[in-house]
Amino acid sequence: MSTPTQQELDEYRAEANAWFAQNTPKDPGFMLPLTFMEVGTEQQFNFLREWQNKVYEAGYIGAAWPKEYGGRGLDQKFQDIAAREMKKADTPIMLNAIGNSWAGPLILDLGTEAEKKKYLKGILSAEDIWCQGFSEPDHGSDLGNAQTRAVKEGNEYVINGSKIWTTQGNFAKYMILLARTNPNAENKYAGLSFFLAPMHAKGVETVPIRKLTGEYGFTQTFFTDARIPEDTLMGEEGEGWKIAMRTLEYERGARQGQAGGHVMKQMDPSDILDIARKATINGKPAIEDPDIRKELVELLSEARGLQLSASRAGIQPLVQDNPLSLPLSLKLLNSEYIRRLNQFAIKLQGLKGAYYIDEPNGFDKGIWQRGYLNAFSATIGGGTSQIQRNIIGEHVLGLPKTR
Amino acid sequence: MTKTAKSERATLGVSEEQAQLLDIATSFCRDKSPIDKVRRLLEDEQGFETADWQEMADLGWLGIAVPEEFGGIGLSLAEVVPVVEQMGRTLMSSPFVQTTLAAQLILKGGSAAQKSALLPDLASGTIATLALSEESADWDLTNLACTATDKGDELALSGKKLLVVFAASADLILATVSYQGAPAIVVLTKEQIAEGGLRRENIIDETRRSYELTLDGITVPKSALLPTENVLPALAHLELAASLLLAAEMCGGSVSVVNYTVEYLKTRKQFDKIIGSFQALKHPIVDAHTANEVARSHLYSAAHNFGEQGEGEIATRIAKAEANKAFAFSADRAIQFHGGFGFTYECDAQLYRRRSLWCEAQHGDTNYHQRKLEELML
Ligand SMILES: Cc1cc2nc3c(=O)[nH]c(=O)nc-3n(C[C@H](O)[C@H](O)[C@H](O)COP(=O)(O)OP(=O)(O)OC[C@H]3O[C@@H](n4cnc5c(N)ncnc54)[C@H](O)[C@@H]3O)c2cc1C
Repeated sequence: MSTPTQQELDEYRAEANAWFAQNTPKDPGFMLPLTFMEVGTEQQFNFLREWQNKVYEAGYIGAAWPKEYGGRGLDQKFQDIAAREMKKADTPIMLNAIGNSWAGPLILDLGTEAEKKKYLKGILSAEDIWCQGFSEPDHGSDLGNAQTRAVKEGNEYVINGSKIWTTQGNFAKYMILLARTNPNAENKYAGLSFFLAPMHAKGVETVPIRKLTGEYGFTQTFFTDARIPEDTLMGEEGEGWKIAMRTLEYERGARQGQAGGHVMKQMDPSDILDIARKATINGKPAIEDPDIRKELVELLSEARGLQLSASRAGIQPLVQDNPLSLPLSLKLLNSEYIRRLNQFAIKLQGLKGAYYIDEPNGFDKGIWQRGYLNAFSATIGGGTSQIQRNIIGEHVLGLPKTR
Repeated sequence: MTKTAKSERATLGVSEEQAQLLDIATSFCRDKSPIDKVRRLLEDEQGFETADWQEMADLGWLGIAVPEEFGGIGLSLAEVVPVVEQMGRTLMSSPFVQTTLAAQLILKGGSAAQKSALLPDLASGTIATLALSEESADWDLTNLACTATDKGDELALSGKKLLVVFAASADLILATVSYQGAPAIVVLTKEQIAEGGLRRENIIDETRRSYELTLDGITVPKSALLPTENVLPALAHLELAASLLLAAEMCGGSVSVVNYTVEYLKTRKQFDKIIGSFQALKHPIVDAHTANEVARSHLYSAAHNFGEQGEGEIATRIAKAEANKAFAFSADRAIQFHGGFGFTYECDAQLYRRRSLWCEAQHGDTNYHQRKLEELML
């Protein structure tokens, strides 16, 4: 693959720009999820699946994945451009986030030829929805202690146990599953194995869980003597922890190779200014309140700082004293920031902060209230903020593990 | 009402010269400013070593942001930032920043004759400083009680300037005064200062030297005035330039004090455990570290955009405000996390905390910059 010329990139940008201008769907008349963790209804699911498929057919996701697995085989720069244009056009999100952004790149990275052939195209086209079976009711942060059992019988593994908080579990065809093949291994990590497990096997059952917003988005997944083929094991038995950690690097954005396109729409910091101008506190425009003005400056400055830090992570001379630091820190910083930003958006509404979704008397139909509650998805999911602080303390600053 | 377009993004980048200067400054400052030397210089009347100053001059550092036609290297303040950041990391102290800022003031505010007369000297190591602050303690550089009045062909100065850094070492002092009801800048030479005109002040950052300067009794020729029409823009430039370099020094210091504390957290044991394994210490030190990372991103953005109308000012004020906060938090926690040792003069945490207080007080605390940012951003 030769490095693309500026002209090629510019042409591609113009094409992508025109395509998204033309094809971005109009308001479907029902609420579209802002993140892949908020897909609660069949209607939302079908709409988003069709949209991802359309974007894929046009070549704007998976553009940098190899042709033989359904991609376009283009330089990553093209995919980055497409993703940026997609975001600029403020399109709906890409539905199959766990496939696009972590299972997919993981399979490309560590999978066998057969696995790549079998799974990758269906991920991009959104034909095959993926979910992630890591967390269990009793083992979340302590993921290494996962107890769901996988026992080899003939040419199958028999799975028993339960996974929880399975995003899109009820829609998924496949699950990246962390299960224990050896309960007597020398340590808790060594007994774990990693599976690309079919969700439609007998003995797999999903039960939707209602979220704090009152809506749906994840499930508990029960395995009762579920039999899955032996070739669904990824890597070797006992390699589960290593593969799971690699997966989390993709999930947290610390490693690149994602199919591209946004899987979450975050509140844009400049929205907060609009809100402050429209909303009133105690009868006066919020933006005139001196305390609010100070907080606005702080939040806008912080947004810049995070955006600049993401850019800086790619500029070697400016990170040479600690190259790991920013990649391992940005998930924590961004998710906590977005939570506070949404919280502030409620504060700006004064009395109307008391309203909730779809209330006609409410401010902006309560979207910021929902946004705030949903923002915890990112401060808890993918490793909580407390766990992220442990990781930074241990892997960046070199402090000893907490026991 | 202006609104930032959603697509508008803040930027940062690094020039080849910046990267090179960063490398050179990193090893220079490490060599010239080990902690035992920093501590030795605390007791030294001058507060820095003349030989080190000479070396900086020989490296051309005093002329980094001075145009080539005036004997400088012809780069910009963006290239001064990595040098000052490294000085901050090693708690190095010298009249480097004051001299650089004096050159900036002349570059922006001086007449052609003043530039050709003064800049080549400053670029090659003549020490200069700034006499800006007064009893009013106003960060607004144009609020001046000191005066210059006509006395024949000359100007008679009066009043007191405070916090004149390294004044006793300076050959040139640029002082702000009110002249004919408007802010003015005069160039003073060492010889013009009366016997007893400088009193050493007791300041919280003992790595620096600071003086009160009595202007009463000093007369200077009118040619010592910078052209009136240049004064306000030059002072506006100076405030931002000083904020940028203070932010650089603070970012350096803040990273360093976190490293210093992390070393202690990795070695000190209590309850049979390395104390760094306690989350009550681990998580706040991580917060200090990540705040430093973000403050550095702001700093490099400010350096990168410094010359840009509008954007340069926003980026620089944010950089100063965020560096104030980050350094204060890092150094404050550093004292606490060293326990009883943290309470001692011997523990380096106090050096950093004292320096962070000094730096925050210079050219605007966080509130000051955030008020200005309200006008610029909202
Ligand atoms: C919206 C959402 C979607 C999710 N989607 C998925 C998914 O698709 N697949 C999947 O497998 N999982 C998913 N998760 C699960 C998520 O990864 C876990 O919730 C998370 O790792 C925390 O585990 P836990 O819920 O068991 O909480 P716990 O681990 O029980 O944590 C409880 C509290 O204790 C703190 N804590 C725990 N251990 C430590 C420690 N060592 N030091 C300091 N504090 C600690 C935590 O920070 C937290 O505040 C999702 C979660 C959410 C919220």
